[in-house]
Amino acid sequence: MHAIEFRNVDFAYSEEGQRDFRIRQLNFTVEEGEFVAVLGHNGSGKSTLARLTNGILIPDGGEIRVFDTLLTEKHLFDVRKDVGVVFQNPDNQTVASIVEDDVAFGAENVALPREEIGRRIDFALHAVGMEEYRHATVARLSGGQKQRIAIAGVLALKPRVMILDESTAMLDPRGRREIIDVVLRLNKEEKITVVLITHFMEEALLADRAVVMNRGEIVMEGTPAEIFERHEELLTYNLTLPRIGTICKRLREGGMSVTDTLDIASLADEIASNLKGGNAS
Amino acid sequence: MKEVSFGQFYPVDSFIHRMDPRLKLVFLIGFIVAIFVANSFYGLAACAGVLILIIAFSRVPVLKILRAVKGILFLVIFTAAINILFHTGDHVYWQWKIFCVTRGGIIFSAYLILRLVLLVVCSSMLTYTTTPVSLTDGIESLLTPLKWIRFPVHALALIMSIALRFIPILMDETERIKNAQKARGADFESGGPVKRIRAFIPILVPLLLSAFRRAEELGDAMDARCYGGKKRTKYKKLRFTWRDLVGFLTLALLITGVALLRVYVGDIV
Repeated sequence: MHAIEFRNVDFAYSEEGQRDFRIRQLNFTVEEGEFVAVLGHNGSGKSTLARLTNGILIPDGGEIRVFDTLLTEKHLFDVRKDVGVVFQNPDNQTVASIVEDDVAFGAENVALPREEIGRRIDFALHAVGMEEYRHATVARLSGGQKQRIAIAGVLALKPRVMILDESTAMLDPRGRREIIDVVLRLNKEEKITVVLITHFMEEALLADRAVVMNRGEIVMEGTPAEIFERHEELLTYNLTLPRIGTICKRLREGGMSVTDTLDIASLADEIASNLKGGNAS
Repeated sequence: MKEVSFGQFYPVDSFIHRMDPRLKLVFLIGFIVAIFVANSFYGLAACAGVLILIIAFSRVPVLKILRAVKGILFLVIFTAAINILFHTGDHVYWQWKIFCVTRGGIIFSAYLILRLVLLVVCSSMLTYTTTPVSLTDGIESLLTPLKWIRFPVHALALIMSIALRFIPILMDETERIKNAQKARGADFESGGPVKRIRAFIPILVPLLLSAFRRAEELGDAMDARCYGGKKRTKYKKLRFTWRDLVGFLTLALLITGVALLRVYVGDIV
């Protein structure tokens, strides 16, 4: 069963100024339990993808299915319960001033009994590592913490798919790391299917599969390593390799066998062992 | 992030702070009734006595409370002066054209001042001891009966709580835009009032634009979290405790006492 399935989806914005952008005959699937990164420059259509998946935007043609449920007006709430979306700006997605009230919001909306909402808050705050902030004021938290609360607010609905629509774009490197760690853990431990929409290439490295979008079309698809291999093609879509990726690539070109990695320490180890091996031979 | 304290909540833990916000709201309304039912010195003294007890139990410093009174000082003096000068009656002490000072006028103004002060102090005690969030919860809960006439009680409460949530964000944003305009040579400090007000237009326009953009994003985020379904539950439940019973009994006692005084002792003026 596909977690998300787009079949021949057409979509165009009706507002003035966005006329030149449209999605035409888009086919896209995400398997259950998968961690997919969607890469793309501004205006590539990657955020539109997120808004189509949970019915905030309605396609002009084609079909969107979430766990075999066809996305229609009638099943809108069923789909939204399954697909949690975390947006870019943490400030613009919290509705309440107190952390636990905000996390409860989604669970309240689907009319869960009070005791269950309490359990969901415990679960969600634990999953993002924010238990001790339960009664804190949202405004006093850091960007990364606020975004973790936004994730918790989505988790309280126990979604099976989580879409992060550039959720790390406004954060500092530390906050970004916090979010990525949480998302990885949710994918591995809670078996939540993750679609990570980003323009930070290094985040895509952690995914099982990467998809590159440009002007409403999927232009590249494969494992992150395969995608990064084609870095000249990436450049034409205004995407550049992270510096560590470039280093790996150049080292390989120079004849050293290193694997693509995000982690500077592990790259250093690899280089060291390569050098040692070189000395021995 | 700038430290922002909404309204004037005074963060300590006290008997009054722990009371149910609904009881406090009802108490305030009841207290206002009592103030206006009381028409004798004893009646108003009883109200003042109860209020002093509240202040004592709330652990809010008296100085803070006096500051609330300072805010209405001008209003108090002005209304008192008007009442003294225009109130007619016996025992005229001084008269000039249509102005006169009478014994009745002085007593009437004294009552008026006392009532105004009691009113302001009691309502600021509510905001000193209740966070805006629980005040919103309280208002929502009290308005629940209006659901019968299809009044959107929950939507109203949500609007209030979102407004509270966005106050610090928009204040921050104002500061940021102001600094950005200053860096471009905008001048907010000099010139006459008209020029100063005009100087704020370049702040207001981007602020408004960003507020609309935020509202749109918030709407999407709320949709994504299944907002707008037919049924909805509420996680936070307000609980009536023995403290609220004490508060309720005090209020009942005060209103009865004041009413009895009015009937049996009567108007002293």
